[in-house]
Order: sequence, then C-alpha cells, then structure tokens
Amino acid sequence: MSAVWFGRRDPDARGYFGDFGGRFVPETLVAPIESLEAEYFEARRDPAFAAELDRLFRHYVGRPTPLWDARRFGDPCGQLRVLLKREDLTHTGAHKINNALGQALLAVRMGKGRIVAETGAGQHGVASATACALLGLECVVYMGTEDMRRQALNVFRMRLLGATVVGVDSGSCTLKDAINEAMRDWVARPHDTHYLLGSALGPHPYPLMVREFQSVIGREARQQCLDQTGQLPDVVVACVGGGSNAMGIFDAFIDDAQVQLVGVEAGGETIAAGRHAARFAGGAAGILQGTRTWVLQDAHGNVEATHSVSAGLDYAAIGPEHASLHASGRARYEYAGDSDALEAFQTLARTEGIIPALESAHAFAYLLKGAHGLAPGTTVLVNLSGRGDKDVQSVAALLPEGHHVAHQ
Amino acid sequence: MSRISDRFDRLRRDRRTGLVTYITAGDPSLAQSAAILKTLDATGVDVLEVGVPFSDPLADGPVIQRATERALASGTTLDGVLQMVADIRPDIAAPIVLFSYANPIMRMGLAQFTARAAEAGVDGVLTLDVPPEEGREWHQAFTQAGIDMIFLLSPTTSTERMRKAAHLGRGFLYGISRLGVTGARTDISDAAAELARRVREVTDLPLVLGFGVSTPEHMQALGRMADAAVVGSALVQVIAEQGTDGDPAAAAATYVRWLRG
Repeated sequence: MSAVWFGRRDPDARGYFGDFGGRFVPETLVAPIESLEAEYFEARRDPAFAAELDRLFRHYVGRPTPLWDARRFGDPCGQLRVLLKREDLTHTGAHKINNALGQALLAVRMGKGRIVAETGAGQHGVASATACALLGLECVVYMGTEDMRRQALNVFRMRLLGATVVGVDSGSCTLKDAINEAMRDWVARPHDTHYLLGSALGPHPYPLMVREFQSVIGREARQQCLDQTGQLPDVVVACVGGGSNAMGIFDAFIDDAQVQLVGVEAGGETIAAGRHAARFAGGAAGILQGTRTWVLQDAHGNVEATHSVSAGLDYAAIGPEHASLHASGRARYEYAGDSDALEAFQTLARTEGIIPALESAHAFAYLLKGAHGLAPGTTVLVNLSGRGDKDVQSVAALLPEGHHVAHQ
Repeated sequence: MSRISDRFDRLRRDRRTGLVTYITAGDPSLAQSAAILKTLDATGVDVLEVGVPFSDPLADGPVIQRATERALASGTTLDGVLQMVADIRPDIAAPIVLFSYANPIMRMGLAQFTARAAEAGVDGVLTLDVPPEEGREWHQAFTQAGIDMIFLLSPTTSTERMRKAAHLGRGFLYGISRLGVTGARTDISDAAAELARRVREVTDLPLVLGFGVSTPEHMQALGRMADAAVVGSALVQVIAEQGTDGDPAAAAATYVRWLRG
C-alpha cells in the first residue's frame, strides 16, 4: 500500500459525502472520535504506517489475492466473462482482515490496548480477534445472540484467538444491536479503548477510514484486470451489507466513468417490512448509529427489523458513501433474495469448485438472474468477499433433503 | 423569557437546588405517563424530561433500554408523545423537555416537529445524538419555533466545544457527571465537580448534572455544584417495579419526595 492512495476522495470537513454521513453521536463520543480522526489523518500521511500495513498485507494476509477467470460459472450467467477477486483466500477467509489490521495498527499507534468490535456473520469478529492476537491487544467482540446461533463456528474461532465474545440480546439480537452495545462500551471507556468498526458505516471518519483500508481490493483488481484481460471490466459487482467490500472494490473504478458499478443488497424473503435488508428498495433517509444515510424504518422513525439468510447483510442501514453514490447515480443498487443466493451458493461451488460466503453469493445471484441485459462476453468483475465454510452448516439445514444432489 | 429560564432564575433567587426528573414516555402506557408527570409536577419537580422511545437507544443503559422496549411495545410514537404533552400541558406548571434521538424527529420532519412541539407546549428539546456540530439546521428550526435547544456536556468535552454548546444552547446545559451510558450509580464522581467548574468558567447558563443520581446524598452532592440534579434511571426503575397493575404515579411521587429529603 502506498500513501498516495490515501486522501483521494475525502468527504467534506464534517464528514459528509454529499448529503450523507456526518457525525451524529452522543456527546461523550465526540472527543474520542475527533482524536481518532486526527490520529488517522496523521497516520495515513506517515510512510512508515503505510509500509507496515503493506508488510502485513503481503506476508500475513497473503496479498495480493488472485483474480480468477470463472469460465464455467460465466456460462449460466448468459455467457458473461466473470472475474472473481478472491478475497476469500485472505488469511481468515474474508476481506474484513484488511480493515481490522489497519485499525488495529492505528490503535497501537494511539496507545490504546483494548479493542471492542461488533460482528454480524462473525467474519469481522474473527478478523478483529486475529489482528488483536497478532498485535497483543485485548479484544472484546459484541455479537447478537441470534447471530451467535447462526455462526457458532465463528464464535468458537474468536474464543480460540483469545477474544471475549459478549452476546447481545436486545432488539433484534443481530448486527445493529451489537453495534449499539459496542458503542455503549466505548462511551464508558474512551480513554483506553478503540472501537474497531467493521464496515463503512458509523460516524466520520469510519466510513472514510474503512473504505481506504479496503481500497486495496479494487486497486489490485483493477491492475489485474488490465494485466490479464488487457482492459477494464465493463461492470463491477459486489454485495452490500454495511458496504465495506463494495466500497473497497468500487473505489479504484469510480473515476472510470465507463465502468458500471452495481451493489447487491439482501432481498431476504420478499420486499416487505421485516423480511429483507434492501435499504434502497424499502428504506428512506434517516440517522442511525452516527450517520445520515438510507435506513429501513417505520412511519415513526423506528428502525425496522431486517431479515436475510446471510448474517453479514442483515442490517437496517447502508454506508453513507453508498447513499451518495446512489444519489449521484454513479452506482446502481439491486437486490437478490434468500433462495436465489442459496442457488448461487451451490452453482459457484459446482461450476468453479469455490464455496462462497452467503453474503458474496448475493452478488453471484444477481448475475445468475438473467444478467440484466448484459450482452454475452461482457466482462464482469465480482468481489468474492469471503469463503463459505462458515455457512455450510446453516445451508445444509436450509436446503430440502436431497436438493443439493438433485442437480447432479 | 422561556418557561425554563424563568424556572432557573427562580431557583437561583431562592438559593434552592432544583430537581429534574426523566421518565420514558409510554412506559407502561401514555396514559400512565400523563398521570406520572402530573403527580411529579404536583410534588414540585422543577423540570420534567420526557423520553421519546426509539428502537436503537445507543446512549442509554439497560434500565432505560428496557423502559424503551416496553414503551414501544405499548405502541408509543413521537406523534403520541406530542399529543400526550398537549393534553396535560394546561395542568402542569413545570417546563417540559423532550429527550429524543434524531431519527424520529427527522422522520416527522424538523419543521413539522418544531411546529407541533411548540403547539403542544414543549419548552425544550434535547437530541442525544445531535452534537452542536450537527445542530445548525436544528438550532434554526428550534429558535424559530421558540423552543430551547439543550445540549449535553461530558467530562470529555473540550472547553472550546463547551463554548459552542453554550452559544447555541438555550434554557440550560445538561452535564453528564460520569462517562458511560445512563444508569444509576452508587457514588458521584469527582469528575462532576471538575465538569461543573469548567462549565462555570465558560458560561452562566444554568447547569444541571445527571447520569447516576439515586439517593438524597447524591442530590445534595450535585446540588452544591449545579443549579439542579437529574434523576433518570433510578426513577424509571421505580416505575418499572410497579409493573402494569401497580400505581407508578404514586410510587414515583414517594420516591421523589424521599430524594429531596
């Protein structure tokens, strides 16, 4: 990572991307967030910080991750040429490690010895626990009890890595509630604790900082596309929960006006209150967890329950930079439902020998569902944001008996 | 002069420490909240804070979280809270301050909210997740409607930001005497005295101190430093213990009389 990649597209001084973003936090958090912003801006100008992160990316994470030309998967997508950015091959198996290491290094620089983090699917919790083990930091991960049930394997992994996992049984017992609880912890101990937020969400500077730590994905992928295909992709597709893997891969292509950017949200069972997590399909502008963005909410401004088969996309708000890209039209947002994601999960496994995370499977489902007018031969870059080992058990429980062999 | 400023002027004249109470509206029901507020007013409470329940109360501790859940379960909305305030306003002498998170207000629309709040007789609004930096647009709307916008100060607030809050804020400043979410504590920290001293250097706006008051000793300790003390979670807990069959208004009044000693 070179320092030249930092600070290319900053929000305004108050942390707004257009009309979205900002810093809507309780008073006690203003001072620690201002200090975090100052420290981050200093760190990203420091070549030694960038060099250390680059060293970890290469030798610990295993970067650069490969770009795979998924020829067999491209056929059922209407003869598209599908290129997979293999974030599933990073250490810990998802893109989350990029941001976790960046912020953990920053915590060390700030002299904070304790990390709190939230997790939905468990991937960010595992990444945080891993970074903390590596750098000798105490790690407390908040996780909704419903998610702990869905992702029991990741709970065990975090504990193996030395983290304390605290179950959250308020609200919907999922990611949103884990974020509330992590923020409450931070409010009580701002002096010795850094809140390692895992997605491009929350108050400024988190959306910027997380995107910049994740931007290595798009930077590598853009160069790999040029090297391997001789051209830029026509379309870039990524699933969007909070939106960090999508911002990470979109970032390098934002100035390439001819490249279409498509974010795929979780359509859940159907687009009706409480049964999905497609913010642009069923939400409205609002303020949640520190930022002004699109939020799934009722007529009175209470946040609606969400549903998705994938814990990592099961969240009521979207990162503010996505709200801004949506408003400007630079990116387009679609959604894929649970059953289509489950189908894509199996299709990628059978055609490429790769089991994707259920989150990433939403991006593949979008391509499998008719290709949306893309001509055969169109080159589509997809962020394969994580591997699906964590989901195998829950998918086995969801598929009807014998369904997964019926296609043989 | 606003009803809030008037009340604090009188407290200072009488050299008396004020008492500010917080309850979550709609816990256990809006009808009960109306009865509780009337009773608290009759016991001579100086400012009545009324919490608007929100699905994601990230600045609140477990006691108010649970109260919020009960209030939402009883069907309480911002709309309903404003209606309840309008209904009881003629019977209440104390100023009424709404405590809310930003989103319910944004959803109603700032202009509509301030118009309706003013009409209902709301005197001040404190929005927990709108710090002064985000408050410009809000400040304008509140000023136009003649509603005091109240800001929080915490031990981590810099002197520069205290000045900002004192400049934008009206009515009083709300000091958080300890770090952390809302909730009753067993002692009052030295941080409260330090915060009060720092605020006094910056402004003579009335200062109330809160987050942690649960005994008469707390009241007296905070009273020496500030214009008034706030009791929140401890009172919410007293109301919670009455369940749905008890008499929360009577229990709240008894508790508040004990607090005042």
